[in-house]
Amino acid sequence: MQIFICPFCGPREESEFHYGGDAGNARPEGADVPAERWGDYLYMRNNPKGAAREVWVHMACGEFFVMERDSVGHTVTATHALTDGKHPE
Amino acid sequence: MTRRYSAFSLFKEGLAGQTGWEPAWRSPAPRKTYDAIIIGGGGHGLATAYYLARTHGIANVAVLEKGWIGGGNTGRNTTVVRSNYYYPESVALYGLAHRLYEGLAKELNYNIMLSQRGMISLCHSMIEMEIAARTVNAMQINGTDAELYSVEDVRRVAPIFNFSPAARFPVFGGVWQGRAGTARHDAVAWGYARAANSLGVDIIQNCEVTDFIVAGGRCRGVETTRGEMRAERIGMAVAGHSSVLAAKAGFRLPINSYALQACVSEPVKPILDTVVLSPGTGVYVSQSDKGEIVIGGALDRIPSYGQRGNLPTLEGVIAGLLEMFPAFGQLKLMRQWAGIVDVVPDSSPIIGESPLPGLFLNCGWGTGGFKAIPAGGTLLAHLLATGRHNDISRPFDLDRFVTGKLIDEAAGSGIAH
Ligand SMILES: Cc1cc2nc3c(=O)[nH]c(=O)nc-3n(C[C@H](O)[C@H](O)[C@H](O)COP(=O)(O)OP(=O)(O)OC[C@H]3O[C@@H](n4cnc5c(N)ncnc54)[C@H](O)[C@@H]3O)c2cc1C
Ligand SMILES: [Zn+2]
Repeated sequence: MQIFICPFCGPREESEFHYGGDAGNARPEGADVPAERWGDYLYMRNNPKGAAREVWVHMACGEFFVMERDSVGHTVTATHALTDGKHPE
Repeated sequence: MTRRYSAFSLFKEGLAGQTGWEPAWRSPAPRKTYDAIIIGGGGHGLATAYYLARTHGIANVAVLEKGWIGGGNTGRNTTVVRSNYYYPESVALYGLAHRLYEGLAKELNYNIMLSQRGMISLCHSMIEMEIAARTVNAMQINGTDAELYSVEDVRRVAPIFNFSPAARFPVFGGVWQGRAGTARHDAVAWGYARAANSLGVDIIQNCEVTDFIVAGGRCRGVETTRGEMRAERIGMAVAGHSSVLAAKAGFRLPINSYALQACVSEPVKPILDTVVLSPGTGVYVSQSDKGEIVIGGALDRIPSYGQRGNLPTLEGVIAGLLEMFPAFGQLKLMRQWAGIVDVVPDSSPIIGESPLPGLFLNCGWGTGGFKAIPAGGTLLAHLLATGRHNDISRPFDLDRFVTGKLIDEAAGSGIAH
């Protein structure tokens, strides 16, 4: 069992967490967003092999946060809270 | 030299001390140019090369494989072959594969050990039975074989299931597909490799594609660990690594890579004569020809390229298995492993030209592309040879993520991939 660190609750078992997508995938704004841009936002993913920056949710407390980890070795280098409520870059 | 496999050639080679067999495929030095290059020597890549040569007469083809052929998911899967999907587009695709599988051993002169022992997808509540009736209707309307099974029917095909009144997942019935079953996964890769080789295809192992050659807005070739190779048409069937190569070609895909694990028990006497899938426990199981119990389950929960699988998922799979078959509690697990699968939001594959002209995709098969190999190969070969879709591959083009015309089999048939 791998341990992830929720910025609010501290170290918890991996099974309490849910993957939420790429960090920096901001929702397009406005009325005239082209279909290609919507498709890109909704479906296209970085899916890197190696260093990854992702949004995760800790299902126990419901908070979303950023996790930096390696998608091959699974080591977690950092987790940050989303304090300003904006999508992280 | 003995090329064809038959009872007579076995007998003849037996007398000659097995000295006359030819290697099943050559290991040629890479050439500088080909008519077509296929990246990935799994089932889909090898089948593509075979159909390019056989159906379209294009044999000046290289299959480039970074490891050894069949060493990816094709050699790691739990070998289930079926076509019990919901949408007509999916049934057309998997139905084509299923029919081709039925004639494949003869066509390739290679025993792929297709064993059509049937498959039951279980229902654990009355509501699931209603959904099963809808699935059976859809399958029958789409022209594939399906039957709605009662508890008694399930008891007949899988008597060792936990039918006790105290069972946590009681059985109400299920969806039966009698033509479903298993096939020897390595044999599918080796059979296609041997047949493609005999038509002139170069199979080049230990050759990793590291970059694309782009000129005039088109893909013109690849850089590899064994030098540069050029072709005007390039196909890519690299399963869990599609996003890695797409990044080198300058585009993204609607894919996340996950580990999918499987495990097998020690071999035992025949005890389970069909494939059993339980969406309730998240487990499916069959018995191999050797007697091992072959066990598969859900995807891992963490996007990953670490080809080993993590423990909480394995624990859930084993717990589900023992709930279904308490007798299996006595078995020893012999091996556990994982493959990296490419998961798409609508659980359907991607077949079509990529955003880089000249580069064609066959990917996104997720947890279920072994059963589709003959179709994936046929369709990618058609695209490479003609530059155009045929009717079966058209709905699976990448453009569905812009038009919104998704083929959501997770909602339709409830499959994970
Ligand atoms: C545990 C498990 C159980 C499964 N069970 C089933 C099942 O029961 N039924 C079913 O239908 N499907 C099942 N699947 C899914 C199925 O195995 C895959 O969908 C299918 O094998 C994909 O075939 P492929 O030829 O596309 O990929 P692969 O067989 O993975 O081949 C891709 C090849 O590309 C090579 N490659 C990658 N990058 C490069 C590069 N840069 N250069 C050169 N080569 C490269 C890889 O080394 C690999 O050999 C399962 C998968 C797993 C992991
Ligand atoms: Zn928390």
